[in-house]
Amino acid sequence: MYETTYHRPGSIAEAAAMLSKAADGKLLAGGQTLIPTMKQRLASPSDLVDIGGLAELQGITVGGGTVTIGAGTKHGEVAGSADVAAAIPALGALAEGIGDPHVRQMGTLGGSIANNDPAADYPAAVVGLGATVTTSKRTIAGDDFFTGMFETALDEGEIVTKVAFPVPAKAGYAKFPNPASRYAMVGVMVSKGTDGAVRVAVTGAGPCVFRVPAMEAALAANWSPAALDGIAVSAADLNADIHGSAEYRANLVTVMAKRAVAAAG
Amino acid sequence: MTKVTMTVNGRSVAGDVEDRTLLVDFLRSNLGLTGTHVGCDTSQCGACVVHVDGRAVKSCTMLAVQASGADVTTIEGIGTPEALHPVQEAFRENHALQCGFCTPGMIMATVDLIKRKGTDLDEATVRHELDGNICRCTGYHNIVKAVLSAAEKMAGAKAAAE
Repeated sequence: MYETTYHRPGSIAEAAAMLSKAADGKLLAGGQTLIPTMKQRLASPSDLVDIGGLAELQGITVGGGTVTIGAGTKHGEVAGSADVAAAIPALGALAEGIGDPHVRQMGTLGGSIANNDPAADYPAAVVGLGATVTTSKRTIAGDDFFTGMFETALDEGEIVTKVAFPVPAKAGYAKFPNPASRYAMVGVMVSKGTDGAVRVAVTGAGPCVFRVPAMEAALAANWSPAALDGIAVSAADLNADIHGSAEYRANLVTVMAKRAVAAAG
Repeated sequence: MTKVTMTVNGRSVAGDVEDRTLLVDFLRSNLGLTGTHVGCDTSQCGACVVHVDGRAVKSCTMLAVQASGADVTTIEGIGTPEALHPVQEAFRENHALQCGFCTPGMIMATVDLIKRKGTDLDEATVRHELDGNICRCTGYHNIVKAVLSAAEKMAGAKAAAE
């Protein structure tokens, strides 16, 4: 790891100020992606601003048909929350499948979505449940937040503070994890809102989370795994690596979407 | 250099470290607590698991400065050679180790697992919860047996105490 200078701010405002003064500063939340990346010398921030312990970023509140999760909330806290399990069980199940127990006790929701790894789980939840992201400057619709591989709508120095997930009528998440890394080869979140609107969001398959309108239309007409028979995404723009070809991932999208609908019930 | 202070195994410690120093290196090099191992150095294997403020974390994926002010427990803080922790005893009884390199991390992960999920565990839960700890000797079978046995004994001890 290259040299860096560590800062521990006492508030979001102080964190933003520290970040703006740094030559090439980065926010450190749980560090479960950033620190391994720095160890490999693939990242070399001049300064680290540690927002992992900021009280104003912590906590889960459920009310008014919404589950609101502070950006600094750990995956393990979401996975272990009885409130989340009661309101959106698919969200708790998704958090329980991220990485491993030790990663889940450090990694945060805000860190995951700000990094926007193409194979991360949380982007599927944010888009698949139609969540709203709140930052230090504004609110951003989940559909507009993820803009490309490791790219988001966040401006320089903008800090994710919380994410509000509307409680759906039904939701399910199914993931085919890479057996070594536990990242999603393909993960699919499906939901049916209280207004009947259906969402199908896919992570792991492409450069960035995406929705599948053909599946959404089919499920809106008939909410059952069988409704997805014969509906497949094109392999043209999907990821291909040693773990699976683009065609393999395209097939997995339909398989995981069906399993997600079955899980949602 | 930055001065860090923390409580390690109940003892207040301090040291001067570079900001990029990993917690595991501080524990091993500055404090001489070499029971915590570095297996992969890529956040995969779990040999470096310690408890920070009661949570099991990979100490190779946390900076020492991040842990400044925290309460840290390492394998040296769990049981003694004369009086092993029930989890250590269960690993010994069930032959849950061969070379022993992964064992400190396995023990720390197991203690955390029983704390979070209780003593009423099934095999599927144990296998899922050991996702973050790699063993290249045992094939995991005896480790799973040891975890289940430790949970059972700890449940019995708790019932006896009540």
